[in-house]
Amino acid sequence: MERDDIIEYSLDAHHSEEAGVKIRRKIWFVTLLLTIITAVEVALGAMIKQGSGAWPFVKWSFIIMTLLKAGYIVMVFMHLGDERKGLRYVILIPYFIFMLYLIFILLWEGLAVGEAWAGAAV
Amino acid sequence: MAGHASKQIDGKTLWGGKMSPFSTSYGKLMMWFFLVSDALTFGGLLVAYGFTRHDYLGSWPIGEETFNSLPFLGHGYPLIYVALMTFILIVSSVTMVLAVEAGHRMDKRGVIKWMIATIIGGFFFVGSQAWEWSHFIHGSEFGKVELADGSLAIVHGEFGEIESFKVTVAGDHHQVGDEIKAGVHGVTQADLMHDYQHAAAEGHIKDGIITLHDGSQAEIKKSANEHMELIVKESGGKYEMGTHIEEGAAAMYEEAINSGEAGRLIYGANLQQNEYGPQQYGQFFFFITGFHGFHVFSGVIINIIILLQVIGGVMHSRGHYEMVEKTGLYWHFVDLVWVFVFTFFYLV
Repeated sequence: MERDDIIEYSLDAHHSEEAGVKIRRKIWFVTLLLTIITAVEVALGAMIKQGSGAWPFVKWSFIIMTLLKAGYIVMVFMHLGDERKGLRYVILIPYFIFMLYLIFILLWEGLAVGEAWAGAAV
Repeated sequence: MAGHASKQIDGKTLWGGKMSPFSTSYGKLMMWFFLVSDALTFGGLLVAYGFTRHDYLGSWPIGEETFNSLPFLGHGYPLIYVALMTFILIVSSVTMVLAVEAGHRMDKRGVIKWMIATIIGGFFFVGSQAWEWSHFIHGSEFGKVELADGSLAIVHGEFGEIESFKVTVAGDHHQVGDEIKAGVHGVTQADLMHDYQHAAAEGHIKDGIITLHDGSQAEIKKSANEHMELIVKESGGKYEMGTHIEEGAAAMYEEAINSGEAGRLIYGANLQQNEYGPQQYGQFFFFITGFHGFHVFSGVIINIIILLQVIGGVMHSRGHYEMVEKTGLYWHFVDLVWVFVFTFFYLV
């Protein structure tokens, strides 16, 4: 039976040899990128001590590099970048909203509790 | 790639409503939903870690001071080992995505080759984590020391080798004049170290005399510790948190070792206490890396099952390798989580 209501379906996500060459090139490029980012992170971590003047900058660059790595893993390795826009947003937006809220509220609270304890000890 | 084929699908493979939301298969969408929920679990754990860490601020251990060892090579290599573990996991993620790519070309041999590589990478990672745990639990040669003013400090330096224990007061096993040393009566250097650390933690060393398990007392013959540095993690009054003490560090450490007081030294880690920082640090280490390690382990098992199916030709006769893609999603997720654990547990 011929159906015209189904246009795309990922079970048949096949591609040709030529397309494969292109995809593999992208995979190796991302590999190189992730390796370089990790190496830079370790080098920075070994060179700059926590608590030194440059530390806040280093800390934030760690966080940015981590998000960059995560982005490449999710979008390229997990193929989320190739999925429909709708699926992408269903997965990412609720998660980000909730996590940003949780991170903000708990880290802020952690600092406040720490201060309260420090005050109580004196 | 995924989602861009235009072949007609028969009604049996479609969802109940004869439609596929987001033009993706049921299994893949459910895998994504599972991964989101799992990501929330890991997110919750890491945020709880962040909360506790912000509570303690300065007394929280620093990754590069805690994890600075390599197998066979000893200390002085900050973060190299975890970086290597990270690299292994990233590479195994790459081999997995190559297996998925081979599957899209219906290249069975390619899928098998890359999945085997992925599984090997997974075993390497789990093995590395086992070493890391063992190292964390056994701790360093010096342990954490409580100084005379009550400050707690971690110790860096070169540990002077223990030569022997010369028995001066007999106990149940040893006679006066016995010299307990490595290589004699099956005693190893590790045994001497174990006895020494155990006695130091229990307060059984006083003025160079160690009281052994059997009640005998012995004189400790040991080379001096060198290049000692104490880093104060918790102030006891005299020293500020974060102070680095080099001058007189060896003597201050010896004072604690030879005090005969229990609890002045803590070696390694368990759920009650650890030499690296507050109690919760050890608990979070075991829980977060343990939970992640369990994910890796189950990922390896799932990969092996799928590999066997691929070898058996199940996917090929099915006409697609989507199952490889779905296990791939799980495997990449494990890698993704490790990227965050690496940053927030080890780096910052």
